[in-house]
Amino acid sequence: MKLKRFFSVLNGAAMALLFATPAFAAAGDTPDTRADWDELWHEVLVDITVIGVIFIVAAIYMLIRFKATNPEQVGTATRLTTANAIGWALIPAAIFMADDFYLAAKGWTVWDHQRTVPENAMEVKVTGYQWYWEFEYEDGTTTDELKVPVGTPVVLRMTSDDVIHSFGLPYYRLTEDVMPGRITYIWFNPIEEVETLVTCREFCGNSHSEMFTAVEAIAPAEFEKWLAEQG
Amino acid sequence: MSTATTTHDQEAFNLKEWIFTTDHKRIGVMYLIGSMAAFAVAGMMALMMRLEQANIGAQFIETGTDYNEWLYFHGAAMILAFLIPGLTGFAANYFLPLMIGAADVAFPRINAFSIWLFYFAIVLALLSVVVPDTPDIMWTGYPPYAVTTEGNTSFYVFTVHLLGFSSILGAVNFLVTVIYMRAPGMGWNQLNIFVWTTLAAFVLQLVFIPVLAAAVTLLLFDKYLGTHFFDPAAGGDVLLYQNLFWFYSHPAVYVIFLPAVGILFEIIATMAKNQIFNYKVCVYGGIGGVVAIGGEVWIHHLYVTGMPDWLRIGMMISTLLISVPVGLIVMSLWGTLWRAAISYNVAMMYSVAMLYLIMVGGLTGIPLAMTSLTVHLSETSFIHAHFHFIMGLFSTYAVFAAVYYWFPKMTGRMADNGWARISFWLNFIGINVTFWPLFIIGPQGMPRRYWNYEMFPQFEAYHEVATVGAFLTAAGVAIMIINWITSAISGPKAPANPWNSRSLEWTHAPNPPGPGNFPEAVTVADDWTPYDYNK
Ligand SMILES: [Cu+2]
Repeated sequence: MKLKRFFSVLNGAAMALLFATPAFAAAGDTPDTRADWDELWHEVLVDITVIGVIFIVAAIYMLIRFKATNPEQVGTATRLTTANAIGWALIPAAIFMADDFYLAAKGWTVWDHQRTVPENAMEVKVTGYQWYWEFEYEDGTTTDELKVPVGTPVVLRMTSDDVIHSFGLPYYRLTEDVMPGRITYIWFNPIEEVETLVTCREFCGNSHSEMFTAVEAIAPAEFEKWLAEQG
Repeated sequence: MSTATTTHDQEAFNLKEWIFTTDHKRIGVMYLIGSMAAFAVAGMMALMMRLEQANIGAQFIETGTDYNEWLYFHGAAMILAFLIPGLTGFAANYFLPLMIGAADVAFPRINAFSIWLFYFAIVLALLSVVVPDTPDIMWTGYPPYAVTTEGNTSFYVFTVHLLGFSSILGAVNFLVTVIYMRAPGMGWNQLNIFVWTTLAAFVLQLVFIPVLAAAVTLLLFDKYLGTHFFDPAAGGDVLLYQNLFWFYSHPAVYVIFLPAVGILFEIIATMAKNQIFNYKVCVYGGIGGVVAIGGEVWIHHLYVTGMPDWLRIGMMISTLLISVPVGLIVMSLWGTLWRAAISYNVAMMYSVAMLYLIMVGGLTGIPLAMTSLTVHLSETSFIHAHFHFIMGLFSTYAVFAAVYYWFPKMTGRMADNGWARISFWLNFIGINVTFWPLFIIGPQGMPRRYWNYEMFPQFEAYHEVATVGAFLTAAGVAIMIINWITSAISGPKAPANPWNSRSLEWTHAPNPPGPGNFPEAVTVADDWTPYDYNK
């Protein structure tokens, strides 16, 4: 009975995950995907550091402990019995798989946040050129740097005029390619005033490493003033 | 003609005999020489790039394109002209027939044709560096850039064609060799792990190379014949290329990784005088598992290309699951050290370093497998450091370790001396000094493939350190190559089986083996394995 209930819950959860295509999340509880990323990154760092330390310490121990004392000496490990051989396959495989699924579930949650654009997001169109960025605001104003008001999520709808570029926004922990003939999007939540930058993250030729510009989150009043001045 | 008796290795050097040889051992040596030539030039480019990156702003390039040309050559040559031929050309050719007790490969003349194609490709690749319109398209050759650039993309395409053709012929040759030419009595579960990994690599080559060949051919058509396969303005699609390219090029990582693992197993089992821990699980679960899953993960190279969200999650899961077969291989590597009797030579020192490289390189792949983390790590120096550890360094060390381990077999002489150890420590320290700073600044936003980083002045010290590391590595490698050459000419004579191996190439063939390899036909007993030390 318990088992049956467990499976029905599991099934429900799986269905929800499969069909809950994140379209638009309700406003109000806008996630901070930058903090999400940092939290996940630290968890994964701990995970891989623990695994790495266990294996490296085990290797160092054996490399010293089992040093040959004379040239005629041979190893004394014996052939595994079938049961042991299967055990030594299934148990490690189960542990690795459990870790994989644990990380996948964590990653999926953050992914949903990263791909679910809040309803109240301000849209900015981004176009990549060899070798500069152009931003177009909802009122038609175009600029060569990106300024956004603090407190409003921003969704960037991006395309390229020539070759593939990539919009790398290290402060907000985001990147997405910018391609001719395709429109991609990312969104971020500027929760505090900050001066940061975007760099190109897909090789695009001669001045690829100079294709960067300012990205600034500023006070809403200041933003309105700035936008009006651009026109 | 002299009346004195001459053994094989004392015969006068005859260039014509080498060029027209059909002997798998000479072909193997020629693969080693050709791939080391590619390695040397591509390594030189790496040093130039590290010098350029050491400080902010242009150091000695005239334009960014200069740097991009070196970067293109470095990547393309290291992967296609050094690692793949170094492992599936040199190591497979020289050692695989010996390990299975065969006199040669199944089709020696086709084997000779393969090495000719390889040399044509190397010459073509080197020519591309001196022409005025050197390719600058990265080893990936993504359109539209590869189509619209002034760089000569055709060099890239034709080099890939030649190497691909060479590899396909090699694949058929070695599959047939292993299936039909094993010594009488040698069952599948008695094969050296290196034979299995080579087999797996060639299966991947056979299945996936045609896809790469198709992709680059369409690139050629787009650039020179006016087609629009990848041009969205005329109904094409830029991502079609990336899908085709990585459909091959992710498995290509295993084409490199698996034979490198095979070499590691041979050296560790011999030097630890131990049987392979859980042999069948390692072969069928580990190596077989990598082959089975390796073709279903390529989207992790396209995590930030606007692919459907569900696909990026699906391939996150399949990519993470690669840790299962690779984990089984790692268990067998570690288990082979248990209750062992380990002695250390230079080959074993490289092998121990490889255990460290597989750990760091493999584990740093886990955050990159996760879509939601890669949206920030993509194209940063973190990924650059990751694939240098797991693919570049791990597999390069496999080639170096193989040369040291089988040096007595190939030359009849020893190269295991003080210089070998000095050069090991120089280059092992060097690679760590080079790549750890890149692991650190990547997650802070340092993009890869940048010659200039004026927007990130805080990273300059890290780049300076990395550049020092590159020169330490280069010094180590230079000493190593000089040591190989002088030892091959005048090193001390090697005993017949210097590491007391049980594998056929050591127990049944002279150093170096003459034509036909074995003085007497080899048969093996039912309970023989290449690793039965504890008997
Ligand atoms: Cu760009």
